[in-house]
Amino acid sequence: MNALPLLLIGLAIFAGGYVLYSKFLGNRVYKLDASFKTPAHELQDGVDYVPTNKFVLWGHHFTSVAGAAPIVGPAVAVIWGWVPAFLWVTLGTVFFAGMHDLGALWASARNKGRSMGTLSSRYIGARGANLFLVVIFLLLLMVIAAFAVVIKDLLISTPSAVIPAWGAVAVALLVGQAVYRYRMNLSLVTVVGVAALYGLILLGDAVPVELPDPILGMSPATFWIVALFVYAGIASLLPVWVLLQPRDYINGVQLFVGLGILFVAVLLSAPTVVAPAFNDTVPAGTPDLLPLLFVTIACGAISGFHGMVSSGTTSKQLDKETDARFVGYFGAVGEGMLALGAIIAAIAGYRTMADWKAVYTAFGEGGVGAFVEGGGEIVNSGLGLSASLSSTVLATMAILFAATTMDTGMRLLRFVVQEAGEVAKLKISNGVGTLIALAAGMGLTFSQGADGAGGLRIWPLFGTSNQLLASLTLSIVAVMLIRKRRNPAPALVPLAVVFVMAFWAALAQLGDLYDARDWLLLTIDVVIIVAAVWVAFEAVVAMRRASQEPPEAADADVTEKAEVTG
Amino acid sequence: MTSRWASFRAGLEEFYAGPYRRTFARARREEDDLFRMVVLAEALGVPDPAAYYTVELMPALYEDFHAWHRRMGMDRSPLEHVGCC
Repeated sequence: MNALPLLLIGLAIFAGGYVLYSKFLGNRVYKLDASFKTPAHELQDGVDYVPTNKFVLWGHHFTSVAGAAPIVGPAVAVIWGWVPAFLWVTLGTVFFAGMHDLGALWASARNKGRSMGTLSSRYIGARGANLFLVVIFLLLLMVIAAFAVVIKDLLISTPSAVIPAWGAVAVALLVGQAVYRYRMNLSLVTVVGVAALYGLILLGDAVPVELPDPILGMSPATFWIVALFVYAGIASLLPVWVLLQPRDYINGVQLFVGLGILFVAVLLSAPTVVAPAFNDTVPAGTPDLLPLLFVTIACGAISGFHGMVSSGTTSKQLDKETDARFVGYFGAVGEGMLALGAIIAAIAGYRTMADWKAVYTAFGEGGVGAFVEGGGEIVNSGLGLSASLSSTVLATMAILFAATTMDTGMRLLRFVVQEAGEVAKLKISNGVGTLIALAAGMGLTFSQGADGAGGLRIWPLFGTSNQLLASLTLSIVAVMLIRKRRNPAPALVPLAVVFVMAFWAALAQLGDLYDARDWLLLTIDVVIIVAAVWVAFEAVVAMRRASQEPPEAADADVTEKAEVTG
Repeated sequence: MTSRWASFRAGLEEFYAGPYRRTFARARREEDDLFRMVVLAEALGVPDPAAYYTVELMPALYEDFHAWHRRMGMDRSPLEHVGCC
């Protein structure tokens, strides 16, 4: 099997999903209305509520939802063979993620741009809102820990990426100064910034940095993890214009460049798929495909995190309600494309099946390392860059995505800690809040060994809580559809599948974690299971209530909004 | 062509500024609140040696005064001579 037809089939499925299914959703299910006054116009304030051009808004939405997660998940999941991963990513994007992201955007736009947390208290009940905070806290904590391990692995396996990965921080600092202090032309700064980043990649490729062992009394792995957390802690405390904003921006631009490089390379080189379609001889200790596939690939197929972005910021900037189809659904398609690229890199970048099996020796092995190595091979033969330079490009890309998620996640985690402090009548300063967030993140990472070796054990658990969040959002969308007496099946079917898989996966991991004597993750898993039962209970009650109540009036969104307070 | 380039540049600017607009607005509000505190110090009962000079700034603060005292957790206006609610 050649990867080129695979890529084209995948793209055709995405295109079909966008042209046909999203049109069906927009016309028949959500009934998007171009004359509906969106929150961006109704509440326009120049700060949160700003009507935005749909292409720019799509750019924001896509770059905030896509990152390292749609690379890591698919690259780990191909261990079961490429067919399951391919099907779940393509069909998941079309029928699950697109539906979910568009639904969250629509639900929020119909409710003054309120967040999912607030919507859950309107449609599911007040307890639902508390549940949200718990799930989000766990989600942030796990993503920070997992990404610290991912970056550490890449810095060690691809030493040539060390200079560009850390140099990108300096580039971002300079871009921030150029934009805010010297008010330079942004187009020029962008070109120079991206060129500088690629210059650093060339430099890094010429000067690989391998740390001596031990360094400052630590192994290189421990040192990188500590350094990453120190960086994330400092970055999250700096004023955002200094580092986070220019870094997010450069990364957004870089996402398009990287995606272009990967796809063009596959088109030009047409590599052969060496990985098995279905892997009958998975390494010992690999969990069963069912249900773990569905939580290993969360971002890239369906991810609750998208609902947070859709409802938190994107919905407040929607110019016309009909734009939601492009912004929400096509945003999910963009992430699906990244996941598809990751799958192809991890299955078609090796010469023989034996080479491939030598990399995928255990569950969690391979992963993003295989993406870098295999993708590097494809870029090498497609674009003619040298093999080491190609892997440096991809490793830098993956590290930058993961690192921006880490520092932003650290900032959000600090906010959650401070919010929890307010509930307990304690004023937690920024510094102390960051220290608590750092301690929690490092504690979780180092619970997987001093070098974070077992860190990817966190990954399926992260996927599970992400899917739980998606279930909560889909329940809200389903309740809204039932109240409006529209066909709820497009929401209920994905809801049932995602919930059953996430719950089953949480139960399956209970046994694995008990066998591994990993009490910390076991506790987190138990919390997730309790939260899942809670979600199911509340959602069923809310849906029953919605179907017994008389249907809401056609203009209910407009009149009822007054009853919800902020 | 020129207008397309201009709208591309405007889109790029928006792509840079949009996601953090809220953070900046909040930071600005916090600074303004601090400034307001300093100017109102004398009226609120904190001796301020520069009160003679800052009193000139008072009219500039009236517009947002109601929103400010509500934000600070005071339902009614704390100043007798400002009857905003």
